Formats: sequence, C-alpha cells, structure tokens
Amino acid sequence: MSIEVQHLSFSYGSRQVLKDISFSVDKGEFLSILGPNGVGKSTLFRCMLGLLSGYTGTVMVDGVDARSFSVREAAKHIAYIPQSSRPVFNYSVFDIVLMGRSSSLSPFRSPGKQDNDRCRWALDKAGISHLARRCYHRLSGGEQQLVLIARALVQDAPILMLDEPTANLDFGNQLLVLQQARSLAQEGYTVIQTTHHPEQSYLFSDRILAVQNGQILTQGTPAQVLTQETMKLLYGVDVDVVSLYQDKARVCIPKNITPQEVSP
Amino acid sequence: MKQAFLTPRNKIILLAVLLIVCILGSFTLGHYPVPLPQLLGILGKHMGLPILPFWTVQMETAVWNIRLPRVLLSVLVGACLAGAGASYQGIFQNPMASPDILGASAGAGFGAALAILAGLSSVGITLGAFLCSLGTVFLVFTVSRHANGDRILGLVLAGIMVSSLFQAGTSFIKLAADPTNKLPQITYWLMGSLSGAKWQELGFVLIPMLTGLIPLILLRWQLNVVTMGDDEARAMGVNAPRIRLFTVLCSTLVTASAVSVSGMIGWVGLVIPHMLRRLVGSDYRYLMPGSMLGGSVFLLIVDNVSRNVTTAGIPIGILTAFIGAPFFLWLITGKGDHYEH
Repeated sequence: MSIEVQHLSFSYGSRQVLKDISFSVDKGEFLSILGPNGVGKSTLFRCMLGLLSGYTGTVMVDGVDARSFSVREAAKHIAYIPQSSRPVFNYSVFDIVLMGRSSSLSPFRSPGKQDNDRCRWALDKAGISHLARRCYHRLSGGEQQLVLIARALVQDAPILMLDEPTANLDFGNQLLVLQQARSLAQEGYTVIQTTHHPEQSYLFSDRILAVQNGQILTQGTPAQVLTQETMKLLYGVDVDVVSLYQDKARVCIPKNITPQEVSP
Repeated sequence: MKQAFLTPRNKIILLAVLLIVCILGSFTLGHYPVPLPQLLGILGKHMGLPILPFWTVQMETAVWNIRLPRVLLSVLVGACLAGAGASYQGIFQNPMASPDILGASAGAGFGAALAILAGLSSVGITLGAFLCSLGTVFLVFTVSRHANGDRILGLVLAGIMVSSLFQAGTSFIKLAADPTNKLPQITYWLMGSLSGAKWQELGFVLIPMLTGLIPLILLRWQLNVVTMGDDEARAMGVNAPRIRLFTVLCSTLVTASAVSVSGMIGWVGLVIPHMLRRLVGSDYRYLMPGSMLGGSVFLLIVDNVSRNVTTAGIPIGILTAFIGAPFFLWLITGKGDHYEH
C-alpha cells in the first residue's frame, strides 16, 4: 500500500510550519525523514496520521484521501510507533500489544481468542515472546520499542510510521530496531521513520527525505542525499562524507576537527 | 500452582462469592438477627416461591422493609463510587482522580442542604441532591469548554473550582439554617449515611445507576486504550475524546445517584480502585468489574460496622475516611506493584 503526500502545508496560527511538502512512498519501501530539530518532522507525521487536521493539500493512502477515513479506518491503514510511551498505569507487555487490536473491535467488545493469537504472532515476529508476561514499565528502552512495534503489527495496517525509533536507545538496540524495520519493509510493509542519524538512514533505508525549514530540501536514494553539500545545508555543519566498502556505507566526519593522531 | 489458580478472572469470581457471603451475613447481624434459613425463606417467599412462613412477622418486616433495601443500597452505592473512581482515573490518566473530581459531591451536598432548608421530604432531598449534582458537573463541563490549553487539565481545574464554590454555598446555607433542627440534619446528611435507606430511594436511583454502570462495564477495554493518551489511542483506532465524554456521562450519572441517597461517602472511589489494581492489575477488563465488586463488599462491611458498633450508628462517611486514609497511606508505602509474574 502506498502513501502519497501532495502539496501539504500547515500553520500553527500565523507561524507556517510546513510549506508545500510532496512525496510518496511505495509498498515495501523504507523511507527515512532527516532534518534538524524543530523543522516540522513531527508536525508532518501528525498530519499524515490524522492527528492534525488543519492542513492544506492532501494525504492519499492508496489513492484515497486520508481525510475521508474514520478514526477506526485510519488505524487500519496506518500504524504509529511513538518515540516512547509511558503509560500512567502498569500493564503487561501482552496487554499493551493487545491494545493494537482495538481498531478491529466494536467499542463495547473486549478482545477474544483470535486477538490473543494475533498478539502471540506479533510478539514472536518482533522477537519478544519471552517478554509477554513482563511488566512494560520495567523493560529497557529497546525492549519497549520492540513492544510498540509488535503493537503496531497486530493493528494489521500496511503502513508503519516510526517517530525517531532509535532516539532513546543504546547503539546495539538502535541497530536491532532498524534491522527489524528494514525486514518489515522487505516483507511488504510501507515503512516511514524520522531520524537524526544520516549514517544509519544511509545503511538501512531505501530513500531519504531531507526537510529544512518546513520544506523539502532534497529527496532521493541515500547516495543522492547523503552528500557533503546536503549535510551542510541541512545541519549547517561542514563534514567530509567518506565512502566505505564500495559505497555500502557512508560516514560523516566533522571537518574542523582533526582526528587524534594514533601513536604507532 | 497457586499462581495459576489465582488468575485475575478467578480473583473476580472469588470477590463475587465474597459479596454474596457478605450480603447474606449482613442480615444475620443487627439488633434483630435473622438466622439464615428464615432469611432464605423470606426472600424466597417474596420472589414468589410457595413457602409457608416459619418465621415471625417482625422478622419479615425487619428483613424486607428495613435491612434488604439498606443492604442493596450499600451494594449499589459501593459499586457506583468505586466504578466511577476507576473510570475517572483512567480517562483522566490520573491515579488520584475520585468520583467527586468533577464536582458531583459538592453539587449534591449543596442541593441536599437547599432541600433541607426548604423543608422538603426525604424524597425531595434525594431529588434535590441528584439534580444539583448533575447540574454542577454540567456547569464544570461547560466552563472547561472555554478553557485555554490542555482540555483534560481544564476540566479537572474547573471541577476543583466549581466544587469549592458549591462548598461555600453549602456553608452559607448552614449558616442560615435553623440551628435546632435543620442545621443538624444538614450536617448529618453531609457526613454520609445509609441509615435512612428505603425501597423508595432504591427505586428512585436504581435505573440511573444501572444506566451508568452497564456501559462502564462494556466500555472497559476502550478505557485501557484511552489511558495511553489521546494521540496513541487515535492511532490505534479509538476516539479518546468521545470515549471520555461518554464515560464522564455514565460516571456522573452513577456518582450523582449514589451521593443523592447516601450523602458524602469519601475514599471508596479512590481507595478501592487502587486496592484492585494491586489485586488484579491495571487491565480494565478485570479492574472495572473488580472495583465495582470490591466497592460493594467494602461499603457493605463498613455499613455493618456502622449500624452494629454503636446504637446511634456512626455515619458511614466518617468510617470510610477513618479506614480509607490510613489504608491509602499503607498502599503508597507498600512494596511496589507486584503484578509482575
């Protein structure tokens, strides 16, 4: 299932946050949205998810205007994986994941056996079956992120939107979560993430969208976007972009900092 | 093996059994104790079973006209207060929310005081309390619609402010009331008591109570999702503001009904849901029915203490505060949440 954003603009009062954003993501694609803090990445996400409605332009999901969706229909198309979730009350991992089934339940019903089965499937897929009975509050940040991914999977929505999924994670968990996201895209999910890591988006995603001042600076394949010029324009820093392993990876090294000499 | 048997579901069943035991036990206590066989006989007869009386007329009067309405009212009021407390805690994502957070109690107190001042009958007092309670929450809701910023915070703040306004109104009425008869009556009403319970009151509040309690039970899964916050709930296909509005309506209805017949009975709505969180976890599928059953059992036991310990009968609101406050302290200092297996 594809998602297409056409000429999307949004203002908070008189302050325009997003200006004429257009891009599309196809089925099975993994898109990373890059950009400094406060350029409107989160606002863009909120518009696409239907959490903000006062935007101009359209968000088309498989050719249908997302505005026409009910809350329940929207949830059947797009699942959202927040940066972190701190529920006030204490739930087990299984219960948190089960909540993702709500869009398939009528309001007066509680989840049944089928929903429980679906939950076990998602926990298994996210590789956290062993955590099912644990209390969500006591998990590490990486484990919590995987729980939220499992919760999005039981929603049976073909589009997954991850808001800075690696922001609170240690290095190992960052790679774990990104690998998970990438393999989901390979299975046919449409995956969109916002991120602060150009190098990781180069490694894991199919395309990169660079956003600056509420506008699209550039978009394209990782090789097209992760360049010295774009990094300078995007983050205002001078870096050398070094290509490694026949350009399978790229590393950004700040220019005015010379690496410490290694003693022989 | 003990763990496997004591699942949340089985704990709810045990609680229901405990409630039935408490209900039957309540009849055998009191100034005119009724043994179990006679009790079952009287109840059976009134349900239309062909049983020849093997009890005295006084026994039947005590059971049917005095004790039964009081027991049923304790059960219903306990379920209403604890159920409303549990649902408010969920929809406001605030563990300190209680049924009077939106001014239902303050409004009921004001209405009752006004009705007593006007010299109305007991039904008039109940009706006055009920209408004023609903009116207060409606006022809070209307005021909060104009609040800037966070909607939920606006609602809670409006509740606090309007509550204190009505409490001031109640104080003023007390000042104006005749200190020989009306002032004590108002004061006693405000302390909360089920001693005046009759079939009349029960008939008056039964329909609004059930109208509120049943949707709260049915909506319990949605409440789980709402506690995750509005945005996350929406992304999962749950319209949190709509569920919140509906839940506030139901909870207000049951709180207003409860307070209008019982006066101010504090702490039940705050302490019981917390106790049940300890017992069955935070999942509303078990927490909601559990809180209602727990509230019933608690209020029934407290009411039995209230009518049996002293001949005058200590107002139940004083007892719940004496039990509730220390109990809550014990809860918050206790050893964390032991829901984890």
